[in-house]
Amino acid sequence: MLDLLQRFGAHIINTVSSLGRATIFLFNVLLGLKDVLLRPKVFIRELYSVGVLSMLIIIFSAIFVGMVMSLLGYITLVDFGAEESLGLLVSLSLIRELGPVLSALLFSGRAGSALTAEIGLMKATEQLASMEMMAVDPVRRIIAPRFFAGLVTLPILTIIFMAVGIYSGYLVGSVWLGVDEGSFWSQMQHKVEFRHDIVNGIIKSVVFAFVVTWIAVFQGYNAMPTSEGVSKATTNSVVYSALAVLALDFVLTALMFSNF
Amino acid sequence: MGSSRTAEITVGALFVLGILALFALAMNVSNLSSFSAEKGFNVSAKFGNVGGLQTKAKVTLSGVTVGRVTEIFYDKKSFRATVVMAIDPQYDYLPEDTQASIYTAGLLGEQYVSLEPGAEEVSLKEGSVIQLTQSAVVLEEIIGKVLVSLTTK
Repeated sequence: MLDLLQRFGAHIINTVSSLGRATIFLFNVLLGLKDVLLRPKVFIRELYSVGVLSMLIIIFSAIFVGMVMSLLGYITLVDFGAEESLGLLVSLSLIRELGPVLSALLFSGRAGSALTAEIGLMKATEQLASMEMMAVDPVRRIIAPRFFAGLVTLPILTIIFMAVGIYSGYLVGSVWLGVDEGSFWSQMQHKVEFRHDIVNGIIKSVVFAFVVTWIAVFQGYNAMPTSEGVSKATTNSVVYSALAVLALDFVLTALMFSNF
Repeated sequence: MGSSRTAEITVGALFVLGILALFALAMNVSNLSSFSAEKGFNVSAKFGNVGGLQTKAKVTLSGVTVGRVTEIFYDKKSFRATVVMAIDPQYDYLPEDTQASIYTAGLLGEQYVSLEPGAEEVSLKEGSVIQLTQSAVVLEEIIGKVLVSLTTK
């Protein structure tokens, strides 16, 4: 009985102390912004590996999500003679929920796990320790560019996801299923507001970008320097990112859209 | 050096694509390009009953959207509901005795304000009050009237 309590207590202390370490780590990373701006070449390389390489999966997923939304929405709405609202359904759900959430989940799988594995392996092969030996701060030189690259690219990828999803929804709804093109767009334009819907969707994706890349780089930096530790850190990075994104999405939706 | 150049080009392409997508969202998907309530001049009207009218509802002129409802509140002095509407400045020639009515779009659609121009020389401007109004139709009232007329015959 006492053993059980002890293990529980140890677990809580562990969790709290790793949260604390993660926060201190985050402050150090944020202080590295200056170093990132002083070395644009390194930053652009990270933007390439984090952002550009994730673009293909984001675009393909957006195409299929938009098409499926449109198809399912049409089947439901046509029974009520309300298939003109299809554009509104597709655009609002993509802009408010699916765009930010799915891009963040895909991003954590595609780029977050790669960041964790890369940093974890650098730690396991003592590259980070050797940088410290040379009086180079690995947090500023290695972690900060990756963190800021993730923070910048995920919102851009989310915007691309929204636009591609809506246009592929239009393709299925209007070109294939024959919903009137004019009312598809006009219903959408009538109800979707730039400040309320699109800006809030982008704010959501900025929050997700912050959390996902933070978790990814911290898991890598905090990984046990063994091959098993790196694999565990990579798994944790994706699992924690997904949980954090979904939970935060509920909170943000409640704050932003609950009165509509 | 070649690979660094490719990386830079593709990063640039990613940002351009992002900006283009945002532009498409702003112009094509949202109503940023159409009339926004902030630019118009404000006109108010008092109604006995606004029914289900909500802010941001359309204000129309022969079916053409010319403005939005910006505020609905209850006026303590006149014991009636006051509806404030922002109307696009290009429609500043509406006569002062314009009539405002609350209608429903379709059988179950949303409610909107319809304006019908009168014949006065003076036109509506910022702060004007529309005198002639017609309240929203409440379904229960109609059913009641129909029942009364049926039973009295």
